[in-house]
Parts: sequence; structure tokens; C-alpha cells
Amino acid sequence: MKDSGTVSMRGKGEQETAVVFRTIGLTKVYTMGAVQVHALRGIDLELYAGELVVLLGPSGSGKSTLLNILGGLDTATGGTVFYRDTELTRATEKQLTDYRRFHVGFVFQFYNLIPSLTARENVAAVTEIAQAPMTPEEALGLVNLGERLDHFPSQLSGGEQQRVAIARAISKNPAVLLCDEPTGALDSETGVVVLEALDQVNRRLGTTTVIITHNADIAGMADRVIHLSNGLISEITRNIAKKSPQELHW
Amino acid sequence: MKALDQKLRRDLWKMKGQALAIALVIASGVATFVMLIGTMHSLNVTRDRFYQDYRFGDVFAPLKRAPDSLAERIRELPGIAYVETRVVADVKLDIPNFSEPVTAKLVSIPDSGDPLLNRLYIRRGRSIDPAKDNEVIVSEAFAEAHRFSPGDRFGAVINGRRKRLVIAGTALSPEFVLQARPGAISPDYRRYAILWMGRTALGTAYNMDGAFNDLVATLEPGAVLDDVLLRLDDILDTYGGLGSYGRADQLSNRFLTEEFKQLQRSAEIFPTVFIAVAAFLLNVVISRTVSTQREQIAALKAFGYSNLAVGVHYIKLVMLIVLIGIAGGIAAGSRLGQGLANIYMEFYRFPFLLYELRLAAVLTAAMITAAAAIAGTVYAVRKAVLLPPAEAMRPEPPAQYRRTTIERLGLGRLLSQPTRIVFRNIERRPFKSLLTVTGISLACAIMIAGTFSKDAVDFMVDVQFRLSQREDMTVTFTDPVSRKALYELKGLQGVEHAEVFRSVPVRMRYEHRTYRTSIRGMDPGGHLHYLLDRQLTPLEPPPDGIVLTDYLGFLLGARPGDLLTIEVLEGERPVRQVPVVGLVNQYIGLMGYMDLSELNRLMREGHAVSGAYLAADQLYQADLYRTLVQMPRVAGTVVRQDEIRNFYDTQAEALLFFTYIASLLAGTIAFGVVYNSARISLAERSRELASLRVLGYTRAEISYIFLGELALFTLTSLPLGFLIGRGIAAYVAHAIESDLFRVPVVVEPRTYALAATVVLVSACLSGLIVRRKLDHLNLVAVLKTKE
Repeated sequence: MKDSGTVSMRGKGEQETAVVFRTIGLTKVYTMGAVQVHALRGIDLELYAGELVVLLGPSGSGKSTLLNILGGLDTATGGTVFYRDTELTRATEKQLTDYRRFHVGFVFQFYNLIPSLTARENVAAVTEIAQAPMTPEEALGLVNLGERLDHFPSQLSGGEQQRVAIARAISKNPAVLLCDEPTGALDSETGVVVLEALDQVNRRLGTTTVIITHNADIAGMADRVIHLSNGLISEITRNIAKKSPQELHW
Repeated sequence: MKALDQKLRRDLWKMKGQALAIALVIASGVATFVMLIGTMHSLNVTRDRFYQDYRFGDVFAPLKRAPDSLAERIRELPGIAYVETRVVADVKLDIPNFSEPVTAKLVSIPDSGDPLLNRLYIRRGRSIDPAKDNEVIVSEAFAEAHRFSPGDRFGAVINGRRKRLVIAGTALSPEFVLQARPGAISPDYRRYAILWMGRTALGTAYNMDGAFNDLVATLEPGAVLDDVLLRLDDILDTYGGLGSYGRADQLSNRFLTEEFKQLQRSAEIFPTVFIAVAAFLLNVVISRTVSTQREQIAALKAFGYSNLAVGVHYIKLVMLIVLIGIAGGIAAGSRLGQGLANIYMEFYRFPFLLYELRLAAVLTAAMITAAAAIAGTVYAVRKAVLLPPAEAMRPEPPAQYRRTTIERLGLGRLLSQPTRIVFRNIERRPFKSLLTVTGISLACAIMIAGTFSKDAVDFMVDVQFRLSQREDMTVTFTDPVSRKALYELKGLQGVEHAEVFRSVPVRMRYEHRTYRTSIRGMDPGGHLHYLLDRQLTPLEPPPDGIVLTDYLGFLLGARPGDLLTIEVLEGERPVRQVPVVGLVNQYIGLMGYMDLSELNRLMREGHAVSGAYLAADQLYQADLYRTLVQMPRVAGTVVRQDEIRNFYDTQAEALLFFTYIASLLAGTIAFGVVYNSARISLAERSRELASLRVLGYTRAEISYIFLGELALFTLTSLPLGFLIGRGIAAYVAHAIESDLFRVPVVVEPRTYALAATVVLVSACLSGLIVRRKLDHLNLVAVLKTKE
């Protein structure tokens, strides 16, 4: 990001096939004590504006690592990652911070809400530092939490907490929404509600959305499904008929 | 309100217990700082103002006798601004219903009642009536000690004649702020008085009509003191001048200067130590507290908060705690400072106290603590933000444990499972364990450093009064007398043994350094008054040459073998070269010792003596005082027991106050450290402990694991704290040594025990509080959150 202004978000329909992310030969090696873990072994991938992608794979396949590197939360060991025209793998700390601040929304498996802030304040923590964000109320309205604005995380159910996390992620009108196992800690009924919220955001705002899951059933709602195993892409499939979240069962 | 500020407010409220403990540590450090610096500053301001407003003299010159007309010549000396001549007499008093010997300095004031220099601050009653020849003004401290009011009467022996005196009023003078008898180690308000009497009345009573025997002068701006003293001594030589001296050598001022210097050093050392310890703890506690928020920091970063923004957020949190601490510290410190200043006011007789809190001191204290807190925060936040957010949010990998040294030695089977957890946990994080131990031991050390002075003073008194000065009484004569006086004294009822001494005021000179003191000549073979060497073994006075007290040797830079120049300040005022033959150990006072006949030879006098040490039968002591008071040639009697008691009376209050404050602050710090360590460990380990509970461990068992670690830390820190405490004590003792006394480095077992008790009690208290938290661990909630 030479200048956050130059990398402006593009509206849906304008360039359906614009490449948002491109990775070339992406590798990541963790050193844990004496052991070296090869989480990514060379990922070549393109993600397009406005699509909803599901990253599918078993535990340890490297999905989270890939997502974290795309989101600027982690650094790669080798290869390159482009976000539009910017090479994330060569970005400075300041550029990464700006990238996360203005372009990316995150949803984590364990929500990572700030326990001492209410739902509204958790969202406000993000909108306060964003450019042209929604109001917290709007964002929470989008995930159907308009009436639980002033509840603390400890007073919300798991599904509600995750929806606050989604509201927080979308409130800045991000170009991309990265979700790491958003339903991983939820039962299927609640999971569907959360996925609906994500689907809606993708449809209504045209936000490029990446969802990680190890649950193959969820893949039905994606435009494309990228299968990962053992640090490599094993298969990419395109759903001809996208299912709505209500149609999903697991 | 911004969301992050909201978080800050709630986080602060949630950690209020810990925040309070941290704030208390800061408050303790700041309070000590503000208290001592504030007191010191106020005493200085008060002294300067009193000296200035009441025109304290610059030059003092005692002499035998000179005609009043001489004053005119002195006034014309270059450099002299104002001169006032006086009559000063040492008198014995006879106080109704008080059998102990009381002496006084009787100082004349002009018949107008208003001296030009060293003016009096009349506290009660009025000044003297020139028409009455028996009216006196008495020093306030003495009047208070005997509950005298204006109009009360007592007897005095002036120039061998008894006289009834009436108190016209009580007063304070810049000349006697510290009202100590010459040669005494502390002020004695019951047995030593300052009296002011009209010039005519005293002149008549003391045979000094139209003459004076003492002179006070002030200097013109820019005058060189040494030149003035030389010219003055030149003129006064013919009139039996005893050597003029400047303010620096004036008794009360010298005491005051030395005591203030000691106070100043304490005021520098103690707060520095306290605040350094508080800063260290703050740093450790804050950085660990911030570390526990590592996931939240990662989340904030993931949303796009910059490292700076995250840092500022935590600095704000910390600064709030610090500000609370600083505010509390300033409030407590200024209150305590006033208390301390008032205690010193009992000791130093100023008419008023100008209590001022110096802004610079407050700001310094605030800045030191704030800087320490910020450094700790920045360190911890830096550590947290340097991790890529993804890594920081990942649950920490299982900590790397290994079998402890004890287990590898094959002793593992002796330890129960919980005990093994305790040991492994300590071994796994040696640095963290070390910090905790250091923190607790610093609290213990502060306690020792704050309270060891009582041990030191006890030891000092023990050496001075039980090993060295074994006489029951010391009698001094008005003028040097022949040795025959000894037989007269020995003949008195109750006197078991007597040994004479000669005391000569001198100025010692070695190279360019000089010191005004006295030489005491003693007979060899005596056993009432001993010289002691470094090992506290008695020494005989040397057959030739002079021995110096060790600190005097240090001040003069003279060592055994060096040739000392002695300028005698009485009689013929001879100047002699005398070899230094040794140094003796003496904690209180600075002087030289010689063989009595050797000193007589040096003075070119016969067998003259200045006084005698007496061993007296307890039974006859009261009668003996009476007899001695009546003896015209006896100028004064000092009773050793009274000296000791008086020393404790005057020192005790300040000492106790200080000990009390030190215990309070050290206790607070100990509590702050232990409590915070416990709370942070609890935050770090609640999952582990809850898991154990789920597995069926009882509350007692997990408390044992958790508190066992704390107990082990506390116990380990005690010996370390003892060592550091002794180190600080040694440093303090060295830093506050002065002309008046040197503080030996003595720390008694009871002081160690007290420090250990304070630390242990604080540890138990915080252990109990944490234990309650442990009992209420929410098992389900803790286990649900993370995989």
C-alpha cells in the first residue's frame, strides 16, 4: 500500500473478474522447538472480487495459515502474495496495519471480542478507525442483533457473539472478509444463522469473502471451493448451483 | 467516549484490586520522596528565615575580659558590619524539686531588652525590666521541660554567689536553635538551660562592669571571613581571646548543619531506594499484566490498530494507575512530611515552621514513577505487538516442561504430584521466578534499611557509654586547677573512684585542612574512660604524640606517623607540632587524646586538670549532686545515665516515626508485589488449575500447587532480602556519617525478624485473597473458551 487511496474498493459488477488476491509459490514453515512444520508447501491461487470462496480441508492442511497470510496477520516464508497491485509479502509494518485497517475484515473461530466492551462498543472499536464505515447500529442490524446493542460478550450466546464479530468485521465496509472457522464453535442451527449473515454481506455489499471450514457441507454456499490438503491445493471446484445457507445441513 | 477508552475504564475497574496494589506501591515510593524532601526543604527554609529575621551573627569571639571601649575599635575593622559585646557566664542552677545537676549559659542582652544581633523571639511573658536585677528570660525548651511560667523563680550560682532569679518570659534565639551543652551528644532540655539577663545586672553579678567577655558581629557583604577572624584575634589576643570563629563553627549552627546534612542524605537515599524499588516492581508488574492481554492486543492489531495506538492505549491504562498512586503518594507524603517536620520542631527550636512542598520534588517523584511505568508498558506491548497477530491469537503451545533437577537426581519419588508441578513450574520460567523473588526481597530489604538505625544507635550508645565512658559522672571545673582537686573529690561521700583529665580547646591543622576541637589528656592506667581500637579493645593513652578519633583522622587526612600542627585556643595559645601515633574508634564526637603529663608539657603548665571522671555509689548520688552544685569551682556535672536517657528521649520519637513509616511502606510494597505476582499467576494459570479441579483435585490441592509456589518464592526471597537490606544499610550508614557521629553498620536479629514478619504477613494476606479467588474458579467457563 503505497497510499491507501490508490487501492480503492471497486463496486460489484464493475469488474467481476478483477483479481483481489494472487499468491505465487507461497510457503510457510513453522519452527516449533526442534520440529519444522511445513504448513504451506507452494500455493498458487487467485481470488476474484465479489466471490465467496470456501477453503476446505482437514485440520493441519494449512487453511488458517493461508488465510492469516492473506489477511496480513502472519508472514510468509517464501513466495509472494499480491493484494490487488500491492505485494503483501514485501509490505512494511505500517503498510500491513493500514491494509488491515482499511481493507480487511476478520471473523475468528473464537470471536475474539473484547470482553470489557459491549456489542456496540466492540463494533465501534473498529468503525472509529475506519474510513467511511457504517454505524455500529447499522452493522449489528445487518446481523440481526439490533436489539442487543448494549450487551457484553459474556451476556451473549456463542452464535450472537460470532454475529457481533461479523458485524465488527463488515462495519468498515471492507473489500475482503476473511472468516476462520466462523461456525467451528457453534451448533449447526446457530451456524446457519451466522452463515446467513455472511452470505447476505457478500450478496448485498459485494465483499470478497473467504470462509475456512473443515465441514464439507458448508462448501455448498460458495462460488468456488478450494480444497487444501497437506499444505497444497488439491482441487478447486466451482458450484454451478449455489445453495443458500438454509439449505445446508450438517 | 471512544470504544478503546471505554475498554480502558472497564479493564481498570475489573483489575481494581491489582491496580490498587500497584497504586499503593507507587504511593509508598512517592510518599517517602515527598515526605523527606519536603521536610528537609521546609526545615532549610525555616532556618534561613529565622537566621535572617533574627539577625544571627556571622562571627563569634569569646575572650577573658576586655573594656567596653574596645568595641569601637572592633567596629572599625574592615569587613565588620555590626558588633555587639556581651557578658556570657556558665552558671549552675538550683531548680526546686529537681535534684539532678543543671547547668546554664547566662547571656547578657542590652538593658533595653532588645539585642542588636541574635535577637530573641519572645514566646511567653515579656522581655526584662532593666530596673530589676534578678529578671531573666529562659529558653523555651528548658521552660517547657520544667513547666516554668513567667513569674516562677529558681536559684542560680553566678560567680560563686547564689542568686534568686525570676522568669520574665520565655524565648527562642537563632544562636540556640539546637540547645546542646558543649561536648554533649544531644540536646538536653532538662539539665541545660539558656538564660538571658540584662547587661547591667549580669555585669554586676559577674564582675564585668564596663567590660565584656564575648562578642558577636556580622560581616559586610563581600568580606572574607578568615581575614576578619585574623584581625579580630590580633586585637583580642591581649584580652585573653579564646579564638574567634565563624558561623560554621558556632555550636548550635554546626549541630544543625551536620544534622541537616544527615537528613539531607537520608532524604536523598531513602526515597531513591524506595522509588527505585517501586519503579522496578511497577515495571515487572505492568509488563506481566500487559502480557496477559496478548490476545486482545492481537485482535486490536488484526482490526488495523497500529502498534502505536495499542501502545498508547496501554500507556493510558498504566498512567491512570500511576496517577492515582502519585496523587495518593503526594497527599500522604505531605501529611507525613508535616508530621515529621513537627517532630523535628521539638528538636530544633524554631519559632515557626514554614512548611513548603517543593514542586520540583513532587515533579521528580512523579516523573520517575511515570517513566518506570511507561518503560514497563512499552516493553510488554512491544513484546506483544512484535508477534504477528495470527501467532499471538493462537493458543500458546503447550509450555515446554522437563523433569526438574531434583527429579533427575532421583529424588522425584519423594515429591508428591502437586509438589512436582510446583517445582517444574518454577524451573520452567527461571527469569520470571527470579523477578518475583527479587521483588519480594527488595521489600524485605527496604524494611531492614528503614529500621536498622535503632540497632545502630543502640550499638553506638553501648560502645560509647558502656565500653568507653564507664564513669558515672563527669565533673568539670570553671578553670584548670591543680591535681590536688582530685583528693578533694575522692574525699566526698559516695565517690568510689576518681580520675582526672585535662581538656584543651585547639585548632588542628594538617596540610591545608583544619578542624576545631579539643584534646583530652588522660592518665595512663585509668579504668573509667577507655580509648578503643577498631576491635573495641581498650588502649592506653600514648606515652608521646597524639591519637585521633578515626573520623577526625579521615577528615584531616592525617595518618599515624604524620606531624600535626596544634594551635591551642586558650591561655598562652601556643602552636605545637605533635606526631599522630594512632587512631581510635569512636562513633560520637571528634577529638584527640594525649597522655595527661604530655599535654601539660605541651601547654607549658604544671599539673593542671580540667575535670574528673567519678565512679559513685548509687546510694549517695543525689547527695553527691547537691554537694557538687555547691562547690564554687565545679562548673558542671554530667551524669552518664542521664546522658543515655536523654539521648534516647530526644532521638526516640523521630526514630520511631521513621521506623513506623518504613514498616508501613515496606509492608505495602511487600503486599503489592506478592499480591500482584499471585494475581498474574492466577490469570496465567487459571485454566490449568481449573482443569485439575475438573479432574478431581480438591480446592486444597490446587491451592497448594498455586500458593506453594508463592510460599517458596517468599521463603527464598527472605535471605536475599536480608543481604540486600544489609547492603543498603551499610550504604546509608556510610552516607550519613558526619562530625557529630558515625553510624556503625549493625543489624540485629530482631530487625531481620521484623522484616521477615512484615513480608510473611503481607504474603499470607495476599495468599488468602487469592485463595478466595481460587475457590471460586468457574470450571465450566474456563474450560469452554479454548481448545
